[in-house]
Amino acid sequence: MTTLTAPDPGGLVGDVAPTVQARISWRAPVAYLVLGLLALLCFGVFTPGAARSTFTLATPADYWTIPPIVVPSRLAAVLLAVVALLLAGYAYLRTRSRRRIGVWAHGLLGLVVVLAFLVWADAGKERPITLTNLLVSGLVLAIPLVFGSMAGLLCERSGIINIAIEGQLLAGAFLAAVAATVATNAYVGLVAAPIAGALVSVVLAFFALRYRVNQIIVGVVLNGLVIGLTGFLFSAVLSNDIQGLNSPPRLPVLAIPGLSGIPVIGPVLFRQSALVYVMIVVVVVLEVLLFRSRWGLRMRSVGEHPKAADTVGINVNRTRWRSTILGGAVAGLGGAAFTIAIGVGFNKEMTGGKGYIALAAMILGRWNPRGAVAAAVLFGFADALRVGLSLVGTPVPSQFLAMLPYLATIVAVAGLVGRVRAPAAEGIPYTK
Amino acid sequence: MTDTTRAVARPAEPEAGGGRTAEVVRGVLSSSTTMVVLSIVVALVLAAVLVAAADPAVQAAAGYLFARPSDFFRASWDAIYGTYSALFRGAIYDPLANTPQRQIRPITETLTASVPLIFAGLGLGIAFRAGLFNIGAQGQVVVGATFAAYAGFGLHLPVGLHVVVAMVFGTVAGAVWAGIAGVLKARTGANEVIVTIMLNSIAGFLMAYLLTTDAFKRPGTNPISPPLDDTAMMPNLLGPPFRLHLGFVLAILAAVGVWWFMERSTAGFRFRAAGLNPHAARTAGISINGVYVWGMVIAGALAGLGGVAQVLGTEGVLQDGVAGTIGFDAITVALLGRSTPLGTVLAALLFGALRAGSPLMQTSSGTPIDIVMVVQAIVVLLIAAPPLVRAIFRLPAPLPRTGRARRRASEEVAA
Repeated sequence: MTTLTAPDPGGLVGDVAPTVQARISWRAPVAYLVLGLLALLCFGVFTPGAARSTFTLATPADYWTIPPIVVPSRLAAVLLAVVALLLAGYAYLRTRSRRRIGVWAHGLLGLVVVLAFLVWADAGKERPITLTNLLVSGLVLAIPLVFGSMAGLLCERSGIINIAIEGQLLAGAFLAAVAATVATNAYVGLVAAPIAGALVSVVLAFFALRYRVNQIIVGVVLNGLVIGLTGFLFSAVLSNDIQGLNSPPRLPVLAIPGLSGIPVIGPVLFRQSALVYVMIVVVVVLEVLLFRSRWGLRMRSVGEHPKAADTVGINVNRTRWRSTILGGAVAGLGGAAFTIAIGVGFNKEMTGGKGYIALAAMILGRWNPRGAVAAAVLFGFADALRVGLSLVGTPVPSQFLAMLPYLATIVAVAGLVGRVRAPAAEGIPYTK
Repeated sequence: MTDTTRAVARPAEPEAGGGRTAEVVRGVLSSSTTMVVLSIVVALVLAAVLVAAADPAVQAAAGYLFARPSDFFRASWDAIYGTYSALFRGAIYDPLANTPQRQIRPITETLTASVPLIFAGLGLGIAFRAGLFNIGAQGQVVVGATFAAYAGFGLHLPVGLHVVVAMVFGTVAGAVWAGIAGVLKARTGANEVIVTIMLNSIAGFLMAYLLTTDAFKRPGTNPISPPLDDTAMMPNLLGPPFRLHLGFVLAILAAVGVWWFMERSTAGFRFRAAGLNPHAARTAGISINGVYVWGMVIAGALAGLGGVAQVLGTEGVLQDGVAGTIGFDAITVALLGRSTPLGTVLAALLFGALRAGSPLMQTSSGTPIDIVMVVQAIVVLLIAAPPLVRAIFRLPAPLPRTGRARRRASEEVAA
């Protein structure tokens, strides 16, 4: 989302004519301005003057209760829109002086526009918007996306395109449900899920690395294979004995003592199941290891320039095998979110395209763990918003909110907001 | 993939006492037709193992396998034979049906089911050969079906004109939908794989939304459109008990047209050149960006026609799931058909047979319909890795190819 504003350093032009500078890209300020005006016109001006919007933040187990916040709708939305327009002005100034726009500005703009939207959506409604619940369900919906995007990242950073995230999630969901039911212990499912995802990855790596089949084809076909296989087993085996094979127990909620009682933050981050804590650990570990460890450096070098990596003695294909299988295991864990995390049995095609959204989150996050997590949480929140708003009842059709992640991804890969660049050697088989 | 084949294809060792016959045998064994047939065989065998393993009678007999092995094998045979014979009766010819018409109806159902697959598969084949990974056939089928259906129930035109207008609506919609990905790739370099995957989902939501609006929804609560006018439906070829419609003839004509386009026309030559080596093609003065845009547009138009055939030919109404998984199946069809028109038609007939036969298989032998997807996926995986198939059957590596043969092979992009 940052724009290329710096003058073209190096290159042939720079040496000969140092005064020549890259053209300033005005995309970011324009996007800011459009969003600000949108907030002002749609959410601010057209809101009835007398209407009020209510937000509740409290949950029953909090240490102290935050009273519901009631704001006059039009005034609040207009104020928020003004903040957005101020940010647009800031973006204009930064861009004109060829400096970067801070990430905080993007975040604040997003927050302000979403809040204005919520104020408008709830204007004059009986039912308050339960903001904390929205955040909690957003995070829960984001679990498979976060795991999936980490899986995609692990594979792609080492040069393997992983379209099979969908299949890995589905396989993880399936085995987690069956294993947890048979063992009557949800934690057994948590162990089984990554195994299923890794198995899908083994097939992916086998065809992509050993036989150098086009990785996109293998991924697409593997998704079909897993859908067919799990669907077949579901109909032929699981549905004959639902009690014994497909009624998994739910992962218990582990409230962290002390922290879980804090309002808003507590329920969102510290009153969750083990899967969420595992997720946080995976993300933090990946973020550190990918950029600060020998393992991460080697993996990235294999994905960017396998020949150079090979020259210094890194076994390219072995590195790719390992990270692909690790990625599959991570995605499999994400699959557990569909079954044991909410205590629901497996169902046909229950991942419903989440693997593709995870792929989108990874791209939007520019192949970085923190960016991918931000995008995944954003998508999860948009999904929660869709569900939440259909309860409140708004004029925005839920299908358009559901499209949002996909549209955002197209905008991102088309380079309309900054450049996204994949690892250089992605999808190219390596032969010595 | 062609790299794979070539890398593995070592120069043939002159075999002692071989001669011409051995060379011919070797050529036949390593040909791509053999690979396709063997892949299908392996997939059917693996599926048979699954079917037997999931069968309760087989599981029971496996409990005393060493006491009475014959029971185990009989139960396995019953399960597998039951499944595949039902599949055959549902897809080709049903000797158990009462009337002669009913007996031959299955084969016409196969032809009917293959129509959208042929259209969409042809489109994907063109895109693949132009070097475009169009994963978006599903979305293009969906918008094609949506707009064709709208023209079908929203407009009221005279006989003849109506069906043509509806077809144009669907075709243009598919072309525009795919064109988005083509234009973005040409203008900004956006990866068409990602964009088309995203457009698939957006198309699904778009249809779901339209089906909630008054323009598309029939009165009532269900998201289903009014039935299409009779004038908008494609004419039935054989009369009432059969569902085979004019779309099949159009699909075959389209296959011939695509063959002419790719093999004989200048534009087709540009497509192939761009697919084989974009840098060389650009150096030779071919507009790569033009190929990207028009490649996607033509692919989308054909995929849109697939949606058109589904709505105007068989369904007659627009509702959620009308497009099924045609778009995804079409990818496997194009890959199995090696992106050639003839191969695509044959592959579509095979997958059409699997689709047409699977409902009877499910009702009469209890084998879930999902096994068809497993078969499809395994076939395509194996086709994509010829060395693996050769390793399974211990076949010889192919002879070093002549220049012409190699060119042809590398044109079969992807597959």
